[in-house]
Amino acid sequence: MIKSQNNTAKRHKLTTRLWHWVNALCLLVLVMSGLTIFNAHPRLYWGEYGASDDYAWAAVGSSQTLGYVRLGETKIETTGFVGNWRDSNGQIQTWAFPGWATIPSYYSLAEGRRWHFFFAWIFSVGLAFFMIRSLFNRHVQKDLHISRAEWRPSSIWRDVRNHLRLRFHEVSSVNIYNILQKFSYVGVIFILLPLMIFTGLAMSPAMDANWPWLTDIFGGRQSARSIHFIGMSLLLLFFIVHMITLLLAGPFKQTWAMITGGKREDSDHA
Amino acid sequence: MRKMLSRRTLITTGALGAGSLLSGCDALSRNQTFQNILGSAEDANFLVQRALGDRMELASEYSIKDLSPKFRANGTRDPGTPDYTASAAQGFADWQLRLTGLFKKPQNFSLAALLSMPQRTQITRHDCVEGWSAIGQWTGVPLKLLLDLAQLQDSAKFLVFHCADRLGGRPYYESIDLLDAFHPQTIMAHRLNGESVPIENGAPLRLRVERQLGYKHAKYVTGIEAVATLDNIGEGKGGYWEDVGNYEWYAGI
Ligand code: HEM
Repeated sequence: MIKSQNNTAKRHKLTTRLWHWVNALCLLVLVMSGLTIFNAHPRLYWGEYGASDDYAWAAVGSSQTLGYVRLGETKIETTGFVGNWRDSNGQIQTWAFPGWATIPSYYSLAEGRRWHFFFAWIFSVGLAFFMIRSLFNRHVQKDLHISRAEWRPSSIWRDVRNHLRLRFHEVSSVNIYNILQKFSYVGVIFILLPLMIFTGLAMSPAMDANWPWLTDIFGGRQSARSIHFIGMSLLLLFFIVHMITLLLAGPFKQTWAMITGGKREDSDHA
Repeated sequence: MRKMLSRRTLITTGALGAGSLLSGCDALSRNQTFQNILGSAEDANFLVQRALGDRMELASEYSIKDLSPKFRANGTRDPGTPDYTASAAQGFADWQLRLTGLFKKPQNFSLAALLSMPQRTQITRHDCVEGWSAIGQWTGVPLKLLLDLAQLQDSAKFLVFHCADRLGGRPYYESIDLLDAFHPQTIMAHRLNGESVPIENGAPLRLRVERQLGYKHAKYVTGIEAVATLDNIGEGKGGYWEDVGNYEWYAGI
């Protein structure tokens, strides 16, 4: 069935590919405009409230000579990178995240927020569309569903060992993704990305009046903000691992496959 | 060899790409048309947030044990004008709240008159556009009671709040629509945490419009003007920060 030459034999479906690239653009803009927003008040709290006089579990400190990140009681010096950095004119800036990591590259909370909310809409509608579509075209059931055999510790362990040996192509002809890939894709698409939307909404005072339970679920507005930030960090982590595996598995072939659809058979062994 | 080359190309293309992406974003960010396109998402926020719930849904209220130890002040900490300072020196006994514009019965309220009216006390969370939040207990006159007395004309669509403070040489002002004006939690507050509102938090009178971000909550309010359009106030965007900093007029998120 897999080998049959109809168009379902492509490795990635058109909806998967379209969504992948739209989503990649959205996430890039959301992270960078989010960092602009973060720069307005680079402190994170737990609970409902939290402002400059309250204890922040994470904060960026900055001065003309020093930049640091404080996590709990641990201070990590970040001079030159976070909290104290030079802009393209060589001027020292004391905003938390540097211009190359933010949209826009200069500090404008109003513009950062406009970028953020515009792409938040595209991102959310795209994600909802992709989720529904992947259930109906059986992308989830066929490619992402984790079978009982795969849940066995021995098979997970084998996949971990293969990864550690940097062998990525032990893909059975039926599965296009191995189990670690499945874990991370399902985790990101069905848990982490929706979490970003819900924690984003939980920070809105108007939504709080409409759906107070949403803010409560996360333990308060400032907790929602902290979780939103941690979620972004996990997404960055996923992105880095995603790029490393891509580089190791053959960046051009894999990227090309994500653009054109590629072939479903594992032609590497051919 | 081929791999080396391709990796180098990859890195340079990546760096170039990132660079042009960044400067491209800045150019786009400064472009008015593009700003308007991005801004359309804010219209969607407004429509959706207003469509959810029954439009008069209350913001969450808290108990005394949830109060922030210190309610952070932001923006103007003290208007510092001779008039304001003189008024503050006598406990704002001469403070007047002037209702002007499209009212059938425009009128002034002294602080004493406001204090003798029915009051509402609410413990709510104040969310700043910058990201922080503070919980405080506010007591004040529901705005609806003042509007019932002064009676809006049919053509009135917005209320503009004029303030005693100036920022960067311009008078601070804000505006809300009638849905928020008649909302039960919209009050002209004169007490914070059981005491007269401190100067840094907007003494003697500040607006509370609980379902929106902090910059909407005008401090040091001296007048409420009913208008049909915001076009002729300030630069026409409906508020100081809207005019100066491009913040959204609707601040529900
Ligand atoms: C997965 C995509 C997203 C990423 C990576 C992201 C990232 C960020 C970051 C880094 C911040 C600033 C720091 C913080 O407050 O945590 C932020 C702020 C914010 N984000 Fe997102 N975000 C995403 C999606 C969304 C969505 C879908 C919404 C709306 C539903 C949203 C709403 C907000 C809001 C309201 C703020 C402002 C919080 C504040 O006032 O500090 N975000 N985002």
